[in-house]
Amino acid sequence: MTGKSIRKGIITAYVALYVAILYFPVLLLPVFSFNDSATPKLPLAGFTLKWFSSLSSNATMHNAAWNSLLVGISAALLSTILGICAARAITRHRFAGKGIASGLIMAPLILPEIIIAISLLVVLLGAGIELSLLTVILGHLLICVPYSVTVLVSGFEGFDPSMEEASRDLGETTWGTLRRVTLPMLAPSIISSLLVTFTISLDEFILAFFLSGTEPTLPVYIWGQLRFAAKLPNVLALGSVMIAASLIMLTVAEIVRRRAEARTAAKT
Amino acid sequence: MANMIEINGVEKHYGSFRALGPVSTGIAEGEFFSLLGPSGCGKTTLLRLIGGFDEPTLGSISIGGADMSGMPANLRPTNMVFQSYAIFPHLNVSENVAYGLKRQRLGREEERRRVDEALAQVELTGLGPRMGNQLSGGQRQRVALARALVMRPKVLLLDEPLSALDKKLREQMQVELRHLQRQIGITFVLVTHDQYEALAMSDRIAVMFGGEISQTATPKDIYQSPSSRQVADFLGGMNFLTAQEVRTAGGQFSADLPGIGKVAGKLTSAGTTGASPVIGIRPERLRIVWEGESADPVINGKVADRHYFGEVTNLAVEIEGQEKALSVVETNDFGADDIPIGSPVRLTYDRDAFVYMPS
Amino acid sequence: MSGEVSRRLSAGAVMERTTGKWLRSDAGQGWLTISPPFVYALLLLAGPILVIIANSFWTQDYLTIDRTFTLKNYREALTEPIYRDLLFRSLFVSVAVSIVTVVLAYPVAWFVSFHGGKYKGIWLFIITVPFWSGYLLRILSWKVILGFNGVLNTGLQYLHIISEPLSSLLYNVNAVIITLAHSWAAFAILPLFVSLEKVDRTLLEAAADLGDGPVRRFMRITLPLTMPGIIAALMIVMIPTVGDYVTPKLVGGKDGVMIANAIQAQFGKAANWPLGAALAVSTMIIVGMLSGAMVLLLLGLKRLLR
Repeated sequence: MTGKSIRKGIITAYVALYVAILYFPVLLLPVFSFNDSATPKLPLAGFTLKWFSSLSSNATMHNAAWNSLLVGISAALLSTILGICAARAITRHRFAGKGIASGLIMAPLILPEIIIAISLLVVLLGAGIELSLLTVILGHLLICVPYSVTVLVSGFEGFDPSMEEASRDLGETTWGTLRRVTLPMLAPSIISSLLVTFTISLDEFILAFFLSGTEPTLPVYIWGQLRFAAKLPNVLALGSVMIAASLIMLTVAEIVRRRAEARTAAKT
Repeated sequence: MANMIEINGVEKHYGSFRALGPVSTGIAEGEFFSLLGPSGCGKTTLLRLIGGFDEPTLGSISIGGADMSGMPANLRPTNMVFQSYAIFPHLNVSENVAYGLKRQRLGREEERRRVDEALAQVELTGLGPRMGNQLSGGQRQRVALARALVMRPKVLLLDEPLSALDKKLREQMQVELRHLQRQIGITFVLVTHDQYEALAMSDRIAVMFGGEISQTATPKDIYQSPSSRQVADFLGGMNFLTAQEVRTAGGQFSADLPGIGKVAGKLTSAGTTGASPVIGIRPERLRIVWEGESADPVINGKVADRHYFGEVTNLAVEIEGQEKALSVVETNDFGADDIPIGSPVRLTYDRDAFVYMPS
Repeated sequence: MSGEVSRRLSAGAVMERTTGKWLRSDAGQGWLTISPPFVYALLLLAGPILVIIANSFWTQDYLTIDRTFTLKNYREALTEPIYRDLLFRSLFVSVAVSIVTVVLAYPVAWFVSFHGGKYKGIWLFIITVPFWSGYLLRILSWKVILGFNGVLNTGLQYLHIISEPLSSLLYNVNAVIITLAHSWAAFAILPLFVSLEKVDRTLLEAAADLGDGPVRRFMRITLPLTMPGIIAALMIVMIPTVGDYVTPKLVGGKDGVMIANAIQAQFGKAANWPLGAALAVSTMIIVGMLSGAMVLLLLGLKRLLR
């Protein structure tokens, strides 16, 4: 009895410490972005908003932010569309070669990004395609699709295939069924997929670094700023904004997903 | 009456595996037709072929005289009540029922009228605004029914529609469904694995095993004159008897049963001759002859086992000459539940109770 | 007789109709549906990787590529001391990171699965969130923490635990391992959690009933049954980390450089694509073989646990 509670106490403490260390670096940047000192060190020097206010007048940064937004939205939309196709085929159909097809689609999940980056770079340059935001979108699409597929597969698994059959049975066409049953049922997974893939694209650095040419995204811009020690506080402020944006989007995605799960659970 | 559904040499293959067929049968207009069989016998496959959710590999199906080959589900004059009911959780009850009508562009008033009518038919009046995911099992079943009936199909397909309900509700819905079918008069095709359900509701039953139909007949015929051991076994208990000299002639059969005596009976249309015919008798057609009672004919046996089932007791009675003990179902009114195991017992039977099964 | 004829006719009919019906069949619909993402991955992933493999057998002469087959790049990639050292270091780092990550993550995954109750989903969300937010920023953050005038040193000095800043924190292999292990922590927890969820709890009760204490239960039931999850977690961390080049560049210093930095250099400043390609292909093959060896080792270990 006591042995058991001691064991449970130890493991709970360990998990708490683990989570604390997990969050420590992530929350450290925001702390120093409000610190009135040019270098991040302890003790803290005092509260300031000047690093944030200098961001608002930085045209290069604004350009990079705009680029990131453009890339993120395009990658999120396209990857969700491709993800719907893949997730549907995986959950609703049986066919020879499914393992190979889905394996290739999911492969970017475990391939080192540098391998994907250099392969794409060589092929794109070889084909005479100039590097631009479009090439970044092409690259981000590869690494976003596996996440869309993961989210959407659980979406498809969450609703009974006979819903779609019932719609067909009641006289609706394939497209009508997609519009009136499939998409409304999948809506939470679609929103979740859009937000998650947008976040991934926003944070992605390696592919953007190789494929962006002269149009930097935010992480590429930050990378460029790291050479200048004096710019560090500005980078920390920008990083804090990006982390906040990611946290908000991921939380919204999670809430949407949970609501949908509760809805399908109530059914049975 | 012309057949509403004609099924002609239909087979369904998955790769080299033949899941169904060949199946040929006709289902009459206004008939309540059941496909009965154990799981994996192909009954649901056949129903899905009729509904247009799958294409037969071979053969053809016609409905109302029109060939359905290549016709998708949304263009067929059939509607389906799914096993899971498939109620759209993002729509309310009215929207669920009106789902198929929306495409017909009836106008708001007419659509409303039809929805209300359908809801009244299944006794759900007033439940229209309830969301699809806030319904009980029984209500979901009724919404599924209303949603299909509102389309005024020529044929209603029901895929194990009662299997998700508890016993009491299931029995109530059996009566209601049968009543509804008589009232609207369209063809119902029901898939079920529950023999009592099929017997209670159907005009005719097709019993399926291994992807093929073993026997198609009215509930009474199928119960009293099963065409094979398999069918007899699936529809309740049957004593299969050790028999000598089984003969058939002139629409009659006769046999000599060791320990029981010579018996005879009518041959039914289900089958006249077979390679290895079997003689059987249902447990409830055997009766105990109590002390002081006289009966003819009489079989002498010994009680080998006894199981109490509330209103009835199931006795296993050993009879000299018969390999297996006979199963006897006796009401408990006279003390069948108190007969000591091992005691001698006398049995009697109606002379027409024996069944000849060709295979 | 007529049965045989009709059987043949119908066999012919089957052939004719199956070709026509393929697109409406389950398999046809499946392929049709998966083809957009599949073709995309084929064109932009499988194709380019094949091109890289082809490149590794060619040679570059300034700006022109000589397409005669040669193994020269591989000879250079595998025998030149710099590349060999980088390769060994990268493999060491990725193996170390994956083991550290999995060992540290396992108790957490176990805790969430066995004691998470109805908050399992929230626990998983909390643990995975840092993983999603800012790859580059997380590395930067570790640089800020471990730096000579960084948070750890100045903090410890402020508390008078040390008087001089420690110079051994940043710009070495340890810093790379710490940063990567932190980065990939969440990713390792997911497969571990999934495999722990699959462990039938009645098996543990049965083991307890047969006289096993908690430690023996864990060693004899939970650990062997979650071996697939452990293997998946190791692979999912090991393979991507071997190709990381931002972490070594930001926190690794001279002693922390990894093979990906060399690959990146060949596709950047040095501009020797074939050599870069050969380095990339060699890395992937070696890490693949290493993963295979690790799987075999763990499966052997699983036998010993019985």
